[in-house]
Amino acid sequence: MTILLLAEHDNASLKDATARALTAATKIGAGVHVLIAGHQCRTAAESAAKLEGVAKVLLVDAPAYAHSLPEPLGALLLSLAPTYDVLLAPSTSSGKNVMPRLAALLDVMQVSDMMAVIAPDTFERPIFAGNVIETVRSKDAKKVITVRTTAFSAAANRTAGAAPIEALNAVADPAISSFVGEELSKSARPELTTARIVVSGGRALQSHDNFVKYIEPLADKLGAATGASRAAVDAGYVPNDWQVGQTGKIVAPDLYVAIGISGAIQHLAGMKDSKVIVAINKDEDAPIFQVADYGLVADLYQALPELAAELGKLGR
Amino acid sequence: MKILVPVKRVVDFNVKIRVKPDGSGVDVANVKMSINPFDEIAVEEAIRLKEKGSATEVVCVSIGPPQAEETLRTALAMGADRGILVGFDGEMEPLAVAKILKAVATEEKSDLIILGKQAIDYDCDQTGQMLAALLGWPQGTFASKVLIEADGLTVTREVDGGHQIVKLKLPAIVTADLRLNQPRYVSLPNIMKAKKKPVAKKALEAFGIDVRPRLEILKMAEPPHRKAGVKVASVAELVKKLKTEAGVLQ
Ligand SMILES: Cc1cc2nc3c(=O)[nH]c(=O)nc-3n(C[C@H](O)[C@H](O)[C@H](O)COP(=O)(O)OP(=O)(O)OC[C@H]3O[C@@H](n4cnc5c(N)ncnc54)[C@H](O)[C@@H]3O)c2cc1C
Ligand SMILES: Nc1ncnc2c1ncn2[C@@H]1O[C@H](COP(=O)(O)O)[C@@H](O)[C@H]1O
Repeated sequence: MTILLLAEHDNASLKDATARALTAATKIGAGVHVLIAGHQCRTAAESAAKLEGVAKVLLVDAPAYAHSLPEPLGALLLSLAPTYDVLLAPSTSSGKNVMPRLAALLDVMQVSDMMAVIAPDTFERPIFAGNVIETVRSKDAKKVITVRTTAFSAAANRTAGAAPIEALNAVADPAISSFVGEELSKSARPELTTARIVVSGGRALQSHDNFVKYIEPLADKLGAATGASRAAVDAGYVPNDWQVGQTGKIVAPDLYVAIGISGAIQHLAGMKDSKVIVAINKDEDAPIFQVADYGLVADLYQALPELAAELGKLGR
Repeated sequence: MKILVPVKRVVDFNVKIRVKPDGSGVDVANVKMSINPFDEIAVEEAIRLKEKGSATEVVCVSIGPPQAEETLRTALAMGADRGILVGFDGEMEPLAVAKILKAVATEEKSDLIILGKQAIDYDCDQTGQMLAALLGWPQGTFASKVLIEADGLTVTREVDGGHQIVKLKLPAIVTADLRLNQPRYVSLPNIMKAKKKPVAKKALEAFGIDVRPRLEILKMAEPPHRKAGVKVASVAELVKKLKTEAGVLQ
């Protein structure tokens, strides 16, 4: 069994999603190769080489791969595919973008959002907003998989040594797409999908200013990442990359605090695997209380300042 | 420019689905079905491009059972020009859907195909990317803005860290994300008008494409249910429980 994992990185550092997808890969088979495709990305390759379970790192450093455009990256993956039985990537926005493209080029049906390895050809994945788990056996000779990273813990660093790094050449760019620009949210807070604590706000926050005034101080006190419901994102209170849910980000922190969020199935799909869920909502019948470990029926505009003060007493 | 919009008939987003007791599948008997919400956004975008004069025709295609004609009629009532229904009973995998769509797009000489980013039933998020690969076209997935220019298409994409903007050569694939637009409501007169718009019915066999599933479904099950916890009476009690009972405020 030969396995290739497409790494998630920003050219400088390796994303935690990679180490989690690596754990999934090692459950399928041993001796995983990790592909770092990017531009001026050697440090990311060096980080990957230090992960437990990595047998080799393939480094392809070229401007065409700087922004993970799926047309050149798909062509590169296709050129590497003949020697691998399994090709996988974390279910990040770039993994979800390129892997199906690769799968179609290989005439393979992808297993999306794989959350458990039952056998090297048999996997579990969530469907219908996580309300159903299907177990599927892939009949394709090669497997193409995206990994739900919240379902796997991150692979550890090796205690000593590093896997070899092999530099490979770029392949021809189909030259049908180009990068124009990006607007990335800047935040000093932990990254939403891997944070230990997440504080999310919903439509009840009513404005961007209220997110700043009520959600952010609480997040600061808890050292938490910030999230939101679709309603809050659609209304423009917070950026799109805060959306938690079926069609947003999947999170599973130790503590998830849902504030003024009703608990629609699409939202629950993104957070119901959190270890502890707290809900603050003024409607005692809000569906969010059906999944909350601790529910507080209260007006958030009163409860949040109080909560900040209580946490302050704990020295936070 | 001719735009093709694939639309899927799915279980309505408000329905909480149940697994059949024998685990062989989900129970969709007497369940409300709707156009996949992302496909509604895709249809809206195509119609807006036509209204702006960037497109000449909007054709919608659905692969599904006879009732999928209702889904096409919804798209026609929004303003699409005509529909194509490829008959198929059951759940077709994205790879096979993409192969059929490739044949339809080739026959229709489509210049732009706008799909939904994901069907909210099987949550695959694959078809648009697969179709792009099979056609050898570029892809602008998870789009929140689409601009047609003389030399191609500029697409703003929702990505994990925010937004990415890419330029694509035409013909191209776009997949719609939630913030691309707010679909219009259909008026009664438009629903009536849509009944007269043409829907061509095509037999799957005519395509000569092997659509047999590659993933064998061994089992379907509901995940373990989370049980509701307790209601606390005050903020102070909440903090106390989080610290001592849940142990999440170390
Ligand atoms: C295709 C599709 C995809 C979707 N994907 C997602 C997704 O990924 N993520 C997602 O979140 N949603 C998603 N949704 C939307 C989802 O269905 C809900 O509409 C959305 O989650 C509702 O957001 P909300 O809970 O903030 O708003 P609401 O449902 O309006 O709830 C607001 C809550 O705030 C409470 N409240 C009001 N005022 C106060 C106050 N002062 N103090 C305390 N509580 C108060 C109310 O009691 C209510 O429960 C999707 C929908 C569709 C159709
Ligand atoms: N049976 C189908 N008929 C028409 N379009 C489909 C079908 N299945 C998927 N699609 C399109 O592909 C998109 C993504 O679906 P999926 O890859 O299944 O998540 C949908 O939003 C539709 O635009």
